[in-house]
Amino acid sequence: MQRIINIPDMVVEDMLKGFVKAHSDLVKPTKNPRVLKSKWAGEKGRVGVVTGGGSGHKPAFIGYCGKNMCDAIAVGEIFSSPTAKAFYDAFREADGGAGVACLYGNYAGDNMNVRMAIELAEEDDIVVKKVVANDDVASAPKTEPEKRRGVAGEVLMWKIGGAKAAKGGTLDEVIAAAQKAIDNTRSVGIGLTPCTIPAVGHPNFEIKPGTMEVGIGHHGEPGVEVSELKTADEMAKTMVDIVVPDMPFVEGDELAVIISGLGATPVMELYILYNRIEELLSEKGIKVYKAFVGNYFTSLEMMGATFTAMKLDDELKELLDTPCETMGLTVT
Amino acid sequence: MSGFLNKDGRVIVEKLIATIQANKEYLSDIDGLIGDGDHGINMNKGFTMCQERLEDGMNMSEALKTLGRVLMMEIGGSMGPLYGTLFSKMARASKGEEVITREVYGRMLSDAVAGISELGNAKVGDKTLMDVLIPADEAYKKALAADKDFAGCLEDMKKASDEGWRSTKDLVAKIGRASRLGERSRGVLDAGATSCNLILQTMADAMIELI
Repeated sequence: MQRIINIPDMVVEDMLKGFVKAHSDLVKPTKNPRVLKSKWAGEKGRVGVVTGGGSGHKPAFIGYCGKNMCDAIAVGEIFSSPTAKAFYDAFREADGGAGVACLYGNYAGDNMNVRMAIELAEEDDIVVKKVVANDDVASAPKTEPEKRRGVAGEVLMWKIGGAKAAKGGTLDEVIAAAQKAIDNTRSVGIGLTPCTIPAVGHPNFEIKPGTMEVGIGHHGEPGVEVSELKTADEMAKTMVDIVVPDMPFVEGDELAVIISGLGATPVMELYILYNRIEELLSEKGIKVYKAFVGNYFTSLEMMGATFTAMKLDDELKELLDTPCETMGLTVT
Repeated sequence: MSGFLNKDGRVIVEKLIATIQANKEYLSDIDGLIGDGDHGINMNKGFTMCQERLEDGMNMSEALKTLGRVLMMEIGGSMGPLYGTLFSKMARASKGEEVITREVYGRMLSDAVAGISELGNAKVGDKTLMDVLIPADEAYKKALAADKDFAGCLEDMKKASDEGWRSTKDLVAKIGRASRLGERSRGVLDAGATSCNLILQTMADAMIELI
């Protein structure tokens, strides 16, 4: 392993210490070492926005903690759901008396821990409602949306939910906006190399040189289809052909697009991919209103990329354009 | 009535801890084939944390409660809530019982299975720890109904648990992270079923020694 680590079992702890030092203008530690909060968390009368998930996806999840986005984050082990207590403590930190919107991704562990945390919060009279992201098209058929996992579309869900809360939305309004965001969002990933959890020490699956996996998961779950490695333009077509018909996105639609690297792919290559994706969308009469190209939701040192698209209406545009300030996403 | 004293039962939890610690790498290796390879690491972390919190004088129920609470509140993932529920339910079902009889353990097992069913919604055949727990619970109940003694009931449970664990190899995962793989999950044992079988085998052996 060619990695910059100390004790492999302690990478999350070590990372959090550095993160808090580097971003002290945005985030603060809390009594629970596995919960970070925004400097603006707990503002009286504003709905709190909480998320959480396993580590290894930087900037997700803590990178979206800050102004007008997420108020508190529950931090898990690498690729493993945070504890119920971490979610619960995050709810407490984020609550300003107007309730908490828990916006997270559809994974078995997260579902169980969030559910138990909501039960704990009820005993404290903190009202928590949730939206579960399921934007990954390749993870299950369209007929089984409840089985689809949440991937980079979560970033847009947090952006929209956080903006709605910042504008004074009620808990139900924040939940409705975040739900609308994710309902209008679709993603797909392509992986080129596997990744290694430091404490495990070896990749937990294989992607043979010269091949790629379409529909790769953010936790190194193997994809749904293995093919020979294609050119960037061909990858763009594969991704567009999966994402566009699923929604479907049609002529006249305006989209927010995220092209996220999976960790080890040079950002340069993400622009090569975006160039062709934009052309293919243009040919269909679909306009990109706003594009985000970079590492927005990664999987340790996996190579590859995800393509995420959200169909916009006037409300989503306004919320997307609302300023926010976090390590992972700043809109001015 | 034959059985063992609750106050002598802390050793059961100690043996569970030792078993998980000894199988840390084995569990991660199995998990790595169709999961993300961290099952052994997380289980070891949780059980080892419990080891540090066990106190002298704790009985079996209190030791199980400690284990359940650590797993549920401090481990996360899927296994934290699932095993946390399993041990917490067992602790509650035996709390206040001076003697752990075959009937008491029957309730411990049934309550644990019911609690996990409610949380995870998995059924037999979904390639999860339920493929171990449900047959084990049924075999135990059947042995109890046939008036087998405590050790006999536990032996029947052990056999069903082992068969249930082996059955996961030929199943396609229907739930949890491996379910995204469809047919590609066939041919590999389920990691959760593997740790669950280890837990039931160890628990039964420790009880048989105490009886």
